[in-house]
Amino acid sequence: MMEKMSTLNRLNPDQKSSDRTRKGKDKLALGLVCFFSFVAMIPLFLILWDVVSKGYKNFNLRLFTEVTPSSMDALLARVNNEPIPGGILNGITGTLLIVGMAILFSVPLGLAIGIYLADNQGKRFTKVVSYLTDLLQGMPSIVIGIIAYAWVVKPLGSFSALAGSVALTIMMLPMIVRSTEETLKMLPGAYKEAGLALGSSYTNVVFKVLLPSGFGGIFTGILLAISRVMGETAPLMLTALGASVVNWRVLEPTSAIPLLIWDFYNDPNLVDLIWSSSLLLLIVIFLLNWIAKTVARKWKV
Amino acid sequence: MESVKVINGMKPILELKNLSVSYTPGKNAVDNVTTEIYPYTITAIMGPSGCGKSTLLRAINRMHDLYPHIQTTGEILLKGENVLKMDAMKVRRLVGMVFQQPNPFPTMSIYDNVLAGYSLNGIRLKRREKDEIVEHSLRSVALWNEVKDVMSKRGSFLSGGQQQRLCIARTLAMRPEVLLMDEPTSALDPISTNKIEELLLELKKEFTIIVVTHNMSQAARISDNSMFMYLGELIEHGNTTQMFTKPKNKRTEEYLTGVFG
Repeated sequence: MMEKMSTLNRLNPDQKSSDRTRKGKDKLALGLVCFFSFVAMIPLFLILWDVVSKGYKNFNLRLFTEVTPSSMDALLARVNNEPIPGGILNGITGTLLIVGMAILFSVPLGLAIGIYLADNQGKRFTKVVSYLTDLLQGMPSIVIGIIAYAWVVKPLGSFSALAGSVALTIMMLPMIVRSTEETLKMLPGAYKEAGLALGSSYTNVVFKVLLPSGFGGIFTGILLAISRVMGETAPLMLTALGASVVNWRVLEPTSAIPLLIWDFYNDPNLVDLIWSSSLLLLIVIFLLNWIAKTVARKWKV
Repeated sequence: MESVKVINGMKPILELKNLSVSYTPGKNAVDNVTTEIYPYTITAIMGPSGCGKSTLLRAINRMHDLYPHIQTTGEILLKGENVLKMDAMKVRRLVGMVFQQPNPFPTMSIYDNVLAGYSLNGIRLKRREKDEIVEHSLRSVALWNEVKDVMSKRGSFLSGGQQQRLCIARTLAMRPEVLLMDEPTSALDPISTNKIEELLLELKKEFTIIVVTHNMSQAARISDNSMFMYLGELIEHGNTTQMFTKPKNKRTEEYLTGVFG
């Protein structure tokens, strides 16, 4: 047995040919990986190209300063071959309002749950909460929209920005919980012990030591959650509904950029605005992702 | 066990009475330890890995409270008051702790690290008081001259030995009665170790120090009294010189001469 193994391990002259096939296979595998990653990039570039080339025409100051034009005005402009009068100010302010409120709701809640989970590993309740968080993460957004409709729109008797925020909060929550939990779990236990050994209360250790130390990871998670819900349409259709004017009142129907894109799609006269709105949404989301990456890199403890 | 050094007839600052700590019920990691520690001395706790040195040390400032499955029984009297019945946060302010790995708070500057005990306890200080505490604490760990121009840099900017001295300064800044050190030099190079040892000899003028070490020559160099622990039991506690030259217990002798451990 031993003898056989030692002959197998020894390099013999006949092995040259099999060496060549091995190297050949290696090259083939490398080539395939490169090729497919290139192929996977193509759709991304096509999307970018489409959105930019079609969107830049109407991507002007007016997009940010004027509300959605009526279908008639847009029709007249199209007939006269002029750019569409009006922009998506109502969508921009609506997105700010709805997402802003969702941030206010989801960040404290998500942090609290994340801190709890990170600190109570192994308990039965922790496992249940953790499992539910995973479930929530996989919940279809339209279902969350329906829930928010039943919880907020129905009792209050009106579509509203608040209802939209509730839907987006539910969507952001699992992402914030997970990033908080994972970040805190990665911090060395020594920081917590060092803080407590100085006579600090647990709360102070959390707020003055653990959260600042994990700031990079947690903040990144929050930004990614924001960029994720920024483009959500389905849950907003059932909750915020949409509006053709700028609305800052939380209990009234409000528009949002993705809602406007859907409206434009349904109105042949406004169809050109789809691309500039999409371009704006893409830019904001790319920007958020870029900031998230930078923060994650800079704030590594 | 009677030969613990008594200075000027002082009362013990710390008395352990039948102290037991268990991680799993029925199995004591520290088993029925009774002894006394006198003020302004350095006590070294020695023993092979897993003998309960750190467990004993961490019982004194109630670090075991963080882990609900750990059971502590018996009494620990700090100046006559039972530590196990006091408010844990108060205990930890009176009994400071320095850990094996230097662990300055990563988001705080060197200056803020020294004051961390105050900020974490919500104690507000005037700028002048802060400056005083920082300078005094850093001077007492012989770090002042090295860092006085880089106060606003993060604690992690310093070398390992400097970080450990910063951690000691952070603990001293709270003016504790007792200073617990859990193998404070085992992560450091010989030069940094040497500096910390010199520092401890200086600090015992003001504080009572208990240091866990697996380095016997370190114990011999710095400590007044030594404890030898084995399998959770306190085998011998006495004057260091005497213990290293004429140990009373056979186990101690075997450990010190390298027969086991």
